[in-house]
Amino acid sequence: MGNLEKNIALNAENRADFALIAKWIAPNAKVLDLGCGDGALLTKLRKTHNVRAYGVEKDDANWLRAMNNGIDVIQMDLESGLSGFEAQSFDVVILSQTLQAVLNTEAIVKEMLRVGREVIVTFPNFGYWRYRFQLALSGHMPVSDTLPYQWYDTPNVHLCTIQDFDEFCRKSDIVIQERLVLTDKEAVHFMPNMMGALAMYRLRSK
Amino acid sequence: MSENSSVGIVAPKIAHFNEPLTLKSGQVLPQFNLIYETYGELNADKSNAVLICHALSGHHHVAGKHSENDKNPGWWDNLIGPGKPLDTNKFFVIGLNNLGGCHGSSGPLSTNPDTDRPWGASFPIVTVEDWVNSQARLADYLGIKQLAAVLGGSLGGMQALQWSIAYPERMRHALVIASAPNLTAQNIAFNEVARQAIITDPEFYEGDYYNHGALPRRGLRIARMLGHITYLSDDAMGAKFGRKLRDGNIKYGFDVEFEMESYLRYQGDKFAGEFDANTYLRMTRALDYFDPALEYGGDLSAALAQVTADFLVVSFTSDWRFSPARSREIVKALLDNELSVSYAEVTAAHGHDAFLMPDAHYHNIMRAYFGKIEV
Repeated sequence: MGNLEKNIALNAENRADFALIAKWIAPNAKVLDLGCGDGALLTKLRKTHNVRAYGVEKDDANWLRAMNNGIDVIQMDLESGLSGFEAQSFDVVILSQTLQAVLNTEAIVKEMLRVGREVIVTFPNFGYWRYRFQLALSGHMPVSDTLPYQWYDTPNVHLCTIQDFDEFCRKSDIVIQERLVLTDKEAVHFMPNMMGALAMYRLRSK
Repeated sequence: MSENSSVGIVAPKIAHFNEPLTLKSGQVLPQFNLIYETYGELNADKSNAVLICHALSGHHHVAGKHSENDKNPGWWDNLIGPGKPLDTNKFFVIGLNNLGGCHGSSGPLSTNPDTDRPWGASFPIVTVEDWVNSQARLADYLGIKQLAAVLGGSLGGMQALQWSIAYPERMRHALVIASAPNLTAQNIAFNEVARQAIITDPEFYEGDYYNHGALPRRGLRIARMLGHITYLSDDAMGAKFGRKLRDGNIKYGFDVEFEMESYLRYQGDKFAGEFDANTYLRMTRALDYFDPALEYGGDLSAALAQVTADFLVVSFTSDWRFSPARSREIVKALLDNELSVSYAEVTAAHGHDAFLMPDAHYHNIMRAYFGKIEV
């Protein structure tokens, strides 16, 4: 599978986090989805929440799919910031399963908080026990359905754990309004940094 | 009909307008002609019309051929036709030559009805706003209340943007390709060099060369050579010409030695033989003057406050004359107004000229966007 096919497979897999993201969105909200892929999340939110949706996508093929799906999609590289968007011009800015693939992670989270009154970030939790065991026992970088890449071809350059991200928010004066941790689409409450595969955060500036 | 076929043999028509047109400069055109071509069929409720606005040296002949043996199809023939990205099986496409042009619409070459002599240098300075007002008259003439879309590249994109500002209720989609919300100082500078080349040509006679049996060919030629340099990217020039010598060896003189020189001279000569210098001056001025944000203290978002159209904005990575950053300014202003906008930054090597090239991804974008437009 090429990276694109993997991404689409990932998108399908992630409908669970789409459903939970939807719960954090108010009806008629103005929503910006960064790295929107083919626009699946925004298409869903438009149907269920009547949101005013905009997507940002860098990849040509995904951009075209999103446009064909009726999404207003802006082609740009997140790494260059969100200077094309006014401060506090969106109710919610979403970065779904992309945080781990960006280079300027800190700058991008700050840009999201500048543009959005609220920010939703989801990422694979690298503290998940399966990853810990894979690394500890096999001695290889973990590979799974949600992280299907080898170390040398992965777009995921900034993998972190829930504990890491909590600490990042604390240091950066970011308020965690809600946090959800999932494994196999089920909420995890016990030892989330060990037992959770996917982390979801609802953030705002202090 | 087969995929990618041509609109076939087409013939231009002329629309005459008797009602005076007040120009932005304050001057009044008492009457005027617009030459235009159409492709495809206007549907019963007249909801499928797409207007094509041309750039600096363009005209009404956008697609198809004028005769079976016509070697030069319309200038955007690769985009427009049955089964092409702008599909004439679905849309009724209108191309026209703008006021001040030299291809059949009222301009310096045409006769001033008040004097029965060519307008020449006395033809008024026209602006993008004036063009759009005259295009709206053409839409009236064709019985079209609302255009499905207005499409233009470069200076044509400025007209599409102006349409959305001036006639929000009369168009539904604007496609602004390789364009800008105004010219940069560098761009105005290029235009000024081009104009100086023409104006200082001894054969220019202050624009009255028609009455002197003269033509400022040298000036027009240099203007076009300069233009061509700026429409291409360094990479595209390098790939096409590099340092190739025409005869394979250096001759220690000033005749054509490099292929690059040969190409520029050819393009310059060709253009000087078929384009009118007074038109060239006016087209570059229209570019210079366009600045919808000016009345709003430079705030483009405020200038677009009345806009209701949906937008497709496209730029090309190697275009340094109308760079992607300029397109992003338009996109930001549209976003500030919560308008529907999609923006593509197409990776292309051809520089500004890329908007006329049949790049597969670019054409897929155009096909997808036109596919979404309801008629």
